Parts: sequence; structure tokens; C-alpha cells
Amino acid sequence: MAGIRALGSLSRLTARRYTLLPARTHVNYEIKGDVAVIRMNDPSARVNTLSVQMQREMTEVMDEVWGNNAVQSVVLISSKPGSFIAGADLNMIQACTTAEEVTSLSQEGQKMFEKIEKSPKPIVAAINGSCLGGGLEFAIACQYRIATKSKKTVLGCPEVMLGLLPGAGGTQRLPKMLGLPSAFDMVLTGRSIRPDKAKKMGLVHQLVDTLGPGLKSPEERTIEYLEEVAVEAARGLAKKQIPLTKEKGLMQKIQDYVMSYPFVRQQIYNTVQKKVMKQTKGLYPAPLKIIECVKAGLEQGPTAGYLAESQNFGKLAMTPESKALIGLYHGQVTCKKNRFGSPEKEVKTLAILGAGLMGAGIAQVTVDKAIHTILKDTTLEGLSRGEQQVYKGLNDKTKKKSITSFERDSFLSSLTGQLDYNGFNKADMVIEAVFEDLSIKHKVLKEVEAVIPPHCIFATNTSALPIKDIAAVSKRPEKVIGMHYFSPVDKMQLLEIITTDKTSKDTTASAVAVGLKQGKVIIVVGDGPGFYTTRCLAPMLAEAVRVLQEGVDPKKLDSLTTGFGFPVGAATLADEVGIDVAAHVAEDLGKAFGSRFGGGNIEFLKSMVDKGFKGRKSGKGCYIYQPGLKRRDVNTEALEILESYKLMPNAAISSDSDIQYRLVSRFVNEAVLCLQEGILANPVEGDIGAVFGLGFPPCLGGPFRFVDSFGADKLVEKMRKFEEVFGNQFTPCQLLLDHAKDQSKKFHK
Amino acid sequence: MASMLLTSLRSSPLTSVQAAQFAARSLSTSVHLRAQAKSKKTLAKPGVKNIVLVDGVRTPFLQSGTTYADLMPHDLARAALQGLLNRTGLPKDAVDYIVYGTVIQEVKTSNVAREAALGAGFSDKTPAHTVTMACISSNQAMTTGVGLIAAGQCDAVVAGGVEFMSDVPIRHSRKMRKTMLSLNKAKTLGARLSLLGSIRLAHLSPELPAVAEFSTAETMGHSADRLAAAFGVSRLEQDEFALRSHTLAKKAQDSGLLSDVVSFKVPGRDIVSKDNGIRPATMEQLAKLKPAFIKPHGTVTAANSSFLTDGASAVLIMSEEKALAMGYKPKAYLRDFVYVSQDPKDQLLLGPTYATPKVLEKSGLTMNDIDVFEFHEAFAGQIMANLKAMESDWFAQTYMGRKTKVGAPPMEKFNTWGGSLSLGHPFAATGCRLVTTVAHRLQKEGGQYGLVAACAAGGQGHAMVIEAYPQ
Repeated sequence: MAGIRALGSLSRLTARRYTLLPARTHVNYEIKGDVAVIRMNDPSARVNTLSVQMQREMTEVMDEVWGNNAVQSVVLISSKPGSFIAGADLNMIQACTTAEEVTSLSQEGQKMFEKIEKSPKPIVAAINGSCLGGGLEFAIACQYRIATKSKKTVLGCPEVMLGLLPGAGGTQRLPKMLGLPSAFDMVLTGRSIRPDKAKKMGLVHQLVDTLGPGLKSPEERTIEYLEEVAVEAARGLAKKQIPLTKEKGLMQKIQDYVMSYPFVRQQIYNTVQKKVMKQTKGLYPAPLKIIECVKAGLEQGPTAGYLAESQNFGKLAMTPESKALIGLYHGQVTCKKNRFGSPEKEVKTLAILGAGLMGAGIAQVTVDKAIHTILKDTTLEGLSRGEQQVYKGLNDKTKKKSITSFERDSFLSSLTGQLDYNGFNKADMVIEAVFEDLSIKHKVLKEVEAVIPPHCIFATNTSALPIKDIAAVSKRPEKVIGMHYFSPVDKMQLLEIITTDKTSKDTTASAVAVGLKQGKVIIVVGDGPGFYTTRCLAPMLAEAVRVLQEGVDPKKLDSLTTGFGFPVGAATLADEVGIDVAAHVAEDLGKAFGSRFGGGNIEFLKSMVDKGFKGRKSGKGCYIYQPGLKRRDVNTEALEILESYKLMPNAAISSDSDIQYRLVSRFVNEAVLCLQEGILANPVEGDIGAVFGLGFPPCLGGPFRFVDSFGADKLVEKMRKFEEVFGNQFTPCQLLLDHAKDQSKKFHK
Repeated sequence: MASMLLTSLRSSPLTSVQAAQFAARSLSTSVHLRAQAKSKKTLAKPGVKNIVLVDGVRTPFLQSGTTYADLMPHDLARAALQGLLNRTGLPKDAVDYIVYGTVIQEVKTSNVAREAALGAGFSDKTPAHTVTMACISSNQAMTTGVGLIAAGQCDAVVAGGVEFMSDVPIRHSRKMRKTMLSLNKAKTLGARLSLLGSIRLAHLSPELPAVAEFSTAETMGHSADRLAAAFGVSRLEQDEFALRSHTLAKKAQDSGLLSDVVSFKVPGRDIVSKDNGIRPATMEQLAKLKPAFIKPHGTVTAANSSFLTDGASAVLIMSEEKALAMGYKPKAYLRDFVYVSQDPKDQLLLGPTYATPKVLEKSGLTMNDIDVFEFHEAFAGQIMANLKAMESDWFAQTYMGRKTKVGAPPMEKFNTWGGSLSLGHPFAATGCRLVTTVAHRLQKEGGQYGLVAACAAGGQGHAMVIEAYPQ
């Protein structure tokens, strides 16, 4: 008896000693009856990540929980609102210098999750907020998953978007859990899955509603509620009242049966492989490695599968593609912040002039942000078309169930369509999206300035006209700024904001704030012809025209550019932008920058426009566009025009690879020149602008990262070769030369 | 000149009748040992007419699909109206106006007030209109009547509400309706045939009405479950409250307290004279039920929710002078009332929490002044959530912009004759039942002030203060 008591006091002592250990900061637990509730909260960050510290504390806690006989089951939950675990700690991976180091990181993760998977005490992952990457891998190693229906709750494996793969068992567990097709879809696209979908596909077992106001704040109480439900589920699991394996449905059984044939699986691998190759042109190694890992696991067993996963993870982390994509990720995060601080006055009423494609697009991304939006046009037809575009955009979201029809209606209630300047006296910002003509822009600016209040900002949406020229007629140039949106506005993420030397800092801050609300990735650049994006694109398109003149078929030109990693081919891009716009811009920028912007013959573009071949919008450009037809034929009439502008190609610089570098080097050189001239504030914005606005190959990470990884010296060498034939269009700029001379100079550290 | 005289008479704060009432009241309170000092002796306001509830009746409330199954909504409404006529002996042409509430409309009788009035034998010269405001529709009917009397437009108004859930309009799908409407316009046989040919199997699937919010598409039970969770109301608390409601209702029924019920001879069936949804069970039985809306972890079950009910109610409201002139002894004064509305998603059923402090403030009373509470019980979880919200300073400050909580009503004064959970809840008929019950309870228990509060779909709510008519 005494012995037992002594033992008891001893165990109490040891228990007390545990609590005397240095307090854990990231992971803590509380024992509720027979359930251990493990709570994660990284005090130093906005979201939880599987950092070294988090993993270490988690291992400690898990060991204590497993060792505690009073605990029958476990709940894993985050006390951070809006984040379960957002993924692995990227810095941890970036700090590694060899593939082996990364592989061993992956293996540690695999081991940890294996222990979780084999836990003798059932573990319930209670998910509220982002459950991504390593976080999802953690969750799927648990025995049971409960997620909230919060809008912030998303599950996914975004590793592929960073050129990586799910390296802690994801490629092994998901196929078994979801079946091959769903697993491939999730891992290869990296798409985020919302709770209801996750429940349907079997990724989570149970959903919990978000709660409204109660005796605590909705967020706090929702997490508490999730915990209560999870604790009940954990008890049920421990008592075997809730079965771990779900009765399979008929469809599932059929699918499993079919999948049991190696032949069928092989077919799936092949199909997926082909699809990946078609989409990535083989420029992205991650998806291929993912297929390899899944295959290894299913065909050769778990040992081979996990080994393949960790080794490929290590290899991928060292690829330039992954570094480029991670760079873009960081850049995007940077460009989602307002480096100009918060504006003095929040924009609550935004007026947009011109209900064309751009104007209506801007309205569409504004109305659902609790900003009263005035859309003004000069004609009833134009206005009606514009309002319909906004309605359609929102209604499509309703059809996809991302918003309810009620939300659509209430968003639309903040849109006012009109033909006059009524209500402009209450506008905090006006964005004009009228025709690209300086005199029209001047007229509009004067009209608007007569009716707006003194604090109102005038933003002009132009792709090439210098802002200072537009601002020249303004009474208050400090309130004038450029906001260059990309078409289609609701799809393109980039917003290029252009400031003149007169634009005030508060005006800039306000424009950035509006752009961020609209969900844009923002670069802020200096004023000048073509700013940054248009200026980089113009020489590349000029080169593309020359290539066409040299007899390269538009389809061939497209495949050369997409083969380099551009999502859209150069000829298609010209059609999308509009041949007339291209001609207009080429002429303007040609005047401003002289022969450096030469190359293709502008007259060719003008002849195209004269014939009515203005690109997609007119049905004909380099290609023929027929509504309802996906297939596009080359416009033979355009080829005939080309015939009269034919140039003899120089065989020394006309190989496929040469053509690719002729196109890209002019783009890159112009980008570097923009940095040199101070149009760009930093290389990060240069990379983001090029990738998100112009489709510069994401696997290269943008022009600046490309120079870093390709080597400035090698690029200069290529350019010198082209320069011999074409002259100053290929003369490398000084900054590029500096980098070529000194290998240690890099744009990105 | 005459009219001026009349006004001054109306506005005189203390008529001799009222003066006499005071004495009587103080006597009765002392008898009942409720000698709590009230903040106000009466809620009569200078310049405002006294409006009285002469009487109120209702048909028995039956679970839908039972004895009323083959009727139509206006039949039930007719029964309530006739019952009121019988009970009060009111000459049919003495009524100036009829207002009736309904929620789910029978399309054939969209102005059910008029059809029921004609069918009940009211004069065809008495206008009638129908109002709708979800579960507070008959409250809206009554306050519409109050407004008509207060504005001097009417002296005697009949208000009521009817709900008939045994039959609801089930429609063809939108596509089918469109085809059928085009069919009417098609001129040639060919056009008709091609329209008929365009009908697909999918067009034939019907549209059922749901007790769901249009704005959020969430069913009310689901919202109630979330509300209960938000306020940490346990399943046990809900079951206990439901059991309380059934037990008290049974007791009230057995002791003959539910005197507002009038018997109704259903054509082709027996005479119905009792509510049929009162079923006191044991806690064990209640605990066995699975959650009805949020599965598997929800707390709202069929037993702790109000059930689908058929029923109708009606009240006779008059200006005090008219009632007295006609020789009636009114049951109560209808005093201040408010309507409130909140977020239809997360605060759908919190109407009573918002409405109670507002109406108390309006009438200058405190919770302590109220002797009788009648709250609409949509769900046990909803009632418990409201009680907790009313007890929370944090909620009052954060969401209602008030300095302090209003406080929850004491349970011994709260729904002591059962409520919607047990008696049933024909959506648009419940409001009149609440008001009549307050009047009866005040008479029976000898209190002075009663409070009615209810929530309604759309995130709306209502509360009314009722003052006992001196006995």
C-alpha cells in the first residue's frame, strides 16, 4: 500500500518535473479526461509552419502523450485562427546546400508521420484554416480528420508550384486514400481544396460549421467548437464506436477493382505523363518526379516509394526551377504588401470611366470589396455591355459556387452605371480606362477635375502613354498616377502602378491599397514610355515580327516561345494584345527609343491593321478565330502580306535556339536597362512584373533570376553574336555588362 | 370643437375608470404577495389611445398531416374567426377591418384574410388584408390593427394568423413552368408538339418549399444548431428545456388553463378540442434521438424543435372606449411594441435578445417589472441561446451597442403554460397565441405587465409589452 502511494507520489513528481522543463512555445497540450488535446501556435509568425522548433516540440509532446497511460486518444489542433499548418518552413529547405541534406529533412518528416500513422492511440486532426503541404501530410497521417467549413479552410499540396513534391509521405498516402486520379489531380496541380469538396472526395471525415457571435468572438468560439467535436470523435474512435474505415461505395469498389490491374495503372501513368509533358514542355521537373514517386510506391511497395520520395525531394530542391519558383513565391508575397504605408483616406467610392473590357474588368474586381463603384460610359450600349460583363463575372462565380446568388446581388448593389458625372463629387478615386489617345485622356482629365473633390485621386489606365504627359494638363499633378491593369482584369494578377516625379507618396499608397483590395500583385515603377512591362514586351514583339518576316511560320514561332516556357506563344500573344495596339505601341516606343526598338517592320503590322487583321477581337490576325471552334488555322492572307515584307534569314543566327534567345535576350536586356535607369525599384518587382504580367517563363523565375542562373556573361556572349548582325538592338546595357564582368554580382542574393 | 373635446378626453392620462383600476390592482398584488414596486403604475400615455385586447382564441394546434389534413388554410382561419365571434358575441358588422397573417401561401387564397372572413360570415363590407413576416406574421397583423386604431381609422379590428403545413404548394420546375406557359401561347399544333417534345425528364422534378433562408440557403434548424453551439448550449440543456415545455403544457392542458382553444368540428371527422402535439417524454427517450440537421455532432433534434403544425388564431382588438361602450370587459392593454432585425446568417434567431431591452426601454420598464414572459420557442437551443445572450454583458456591448446586459427572464415567470415546442407552432398563428396567453396568465396569476417576444426567419424579431386590464 505504502509502496503504491510512493509510486504515485513519484509519478506526480516526474510529472511536475516535466512541467519544469523550459516552457514550450510552439506546441502545448492539455489532457481532457482521456483525450490529449495538442495545440499548435507559432508565436513568431502569422501562420504555423513545420519549422525545426515546431517539429522538435511536437515530437516531445507526442512522446509524452504516447507514454501517458491515462490518454486514450489525441486531438491535434491549431490555436491560430485561419491556419492549421500552412506547410513546411521554406527557409529550412532553402538553408540546405546539398540534395542529401534536403533528402534527410524529408526522411525525418517521413519518420515522424510514420509514427503518427502507426499511433496506437487514435489521433484526430482538427483543421481550421490553411492545411497545406507538410500540414496536409501531417493531417493525412492522422487516423481521422475533421475540418471547419470556414472560407479560410483549404487543403492542398502546393509543393508542385514551388518546383517541389510532397516530401513527407504525401505522394505515398494520397493515392491510397483518394485513388490514383484524384491523388494525381491534387498533387500535380497543387490546387487548394475547399472543405465540402474534401469531404466528398474522402480527404476529411467530418465537417464542422463555423459559428457566429456567441459568448465569445466567432473565430475563437469556432475553434473551441471544433475542439469539442474533435474530442468527442477521438473518444468515439478510442472506444471503437466510430469505425476507422468507411464502408466503400459501389463506385469506389468498381474503381478499386479496375485499379487492381497493373495494366490499367500503367495506362493512367502514361496518360498523366503525356498530359504533364504537353503542359510543361518538359521544362518543369517536379510533376514528372511526382509521377515517379507515386509509381514507385504503388508498384514496388512502400519502402521503395518513400525512398524515391525523399531522394527526389532532395534533387528537386536543388533545381534552378524550384529556386526560381520559390523566388517568385517570395516575390509575390512582397508585392502583396504596401511599402508606401497606409493612405490617409481609405477609398470608399471609386469611379471608373469607360465601361469597355478594361473598365468593366476593373469594376468587376472592385464591387465585391465593399467599395461603391461608379461605372461611367458615354453611350448606353457601351454601359450596358460593361454592366453585363460585371454581372457575368460574378454570376460565373455563383455557378462555380464560390459565392451565393445572394452575395452576387448584394455585391452588384454597390455598382452604379451611369452616363453622367453624377456622384463624382463623392469619389475618392477615379480610374479612367478610355481610349488610348492623349487628347481624349486630356479632355477626360479636365472634365473629371471639374467635378471631383480636392482629395480625389485621378488614376489613368494606360499601357504606354507616359503619365507625365497625361498629367500635364492637371491642376493637381500630385494626385495623378498610372494604374496599368492587364486584360482580362479578373484573371491577370498583376497591376503595374506608375508614379511620376510629381505623384505624392500618399497618392501612391492609396493606389496600392486599392490594388491590393482588388487582389492584385503590385509593382510600382517609374514613369517613361512603356513604363516597365510594355517596354520589355515591345522589343521582344519587334523581334517576333522580324522572325515572321524571315519566313518562320506563326505556329513554329509559337512553339519556339512556348518551348522556352512562355505560357502563350509570341504570335498568339500579338493576336491577344491586338495587332493594332502592337503597331501603335511599337510606333510610339520606336519614336521614344529609336533604332534599339527596331527589328520587325512596323509597316507590316500597319498593313495587317489596314486589312482588318487586328487579332482575336476582329476574328483574324496571325490566326483565324471562329467562335465555338477551338482549332485555329494560320491566317493565309497574313502570310501573303508577310511575303511582301520578306527578309532573308542569316543562317548563323537562325537556329531554333538562336531564335529563342533573340526573343528572350531583348526582353531581358530591356528589363535590366529599366533597373539601371531606375524605372524599376528592384529586381524582385522586375521578375514579378515580367512573370505575372507578361508570362515570362515562371520556371526561369523572371528576367533577373534568369540572368543570375543562366549567367550574365553567357547572355552577353550570345547578344554580341546577334549584335554583329542586327546592331544596337542587341547591345547589352551597362548593368548587364557589369554583371557579366563580375561573376559575384547577382540580382538575387 | 367637438373633435377637440374628444381628443382631450382621449388624452387625459387618468380617466375615472383607470383610477378605479389602480385601487383594484394594488389590492390584487398584495393578495398575491407580489408587492414588488413597479417602475411605472401604468403605461397609458397622454395623447395615445388605449388599445385593448377584448379576447383571443385559437383552433387546437395539430401536428400537420393529422385531423386537419384535408382542409385548406382558410378553413382553419374560418374556424378561428367563428370561434372568436362565438366567444365574444360580437355582431358581425361591428368589425371595421380584418388583418390576417400567413407564411406559406396557398396560391388559390393568396389573400387568405378575405376568403376566411367571407367564409366566416363577416359582412362583405368589411375589408381584409393578409400580412406576412415569417413566424411573427400574426404579431404583425395585431400591430397593424393597433396602428389602424391608434391612427383613429378604425375602432374594432380582428387580427389573426393561420398556417397549414399539411398541404404546401409544390411547384413544377422553372423549366417546366416556362414550357407550360409557352404552351398556352403556342398557336399551331406543330408549335405545341415541339414544345411538348422539348420536355425532358429533369423538367419533371418538382420544387419543394423549404424552411430555409433565401439569402443564405441555410435551413432554420441548421442555423439553430449553430446558434446553440455558438452560445455553448448543450444537448442536455436543450432536452431539459424541451421536456419542461411539454410537461408544463400538459399540466396547463389538464388543468384547463388553455382556455383560448375553441373546439372545431372538422368536416367528415370528429370534433377537435385539444392540441395533439403535447407529449411529455423521459430524458432517456429524448437522449436517444439523433441530431436532425447537423450530423453526426449536432444538438438540435426532432424532440427539442417545434414541429410542423396546422392551426389558426384570432384576436379582437378595440379602442378602450369602443370596447367599454359595447359592454366588453377587456382582458389586457396592448402597449409598446418593437420590431428588430439582424444578420440572417449568424443571428437568425436572436430576435428576442435584441427586441426585449428595446421594448422595455421604450415603455420605461425593467425586467423586474415583468410578471409574465411568453417567448416563442422555435427550438429549445434557440431559447437557451437567447437566454444566454441576454445574460451576457459581452454580447450586449459587442453586438448590440448597449452598456450592459438586459438579463434573462426568471424561469418561474417564463412560458409556464408550455410553448411552441409542445403546443405546436403554426408559423403565422403563434403570435396571437402568445399575446392571448399573456393576457390569460396575467389574469390568472394577478400580475400587471407581460412581455411577448419572438424570432422570425429573415433575422427579424418582435417584442410587445402587455398590461393587465384591471379586474
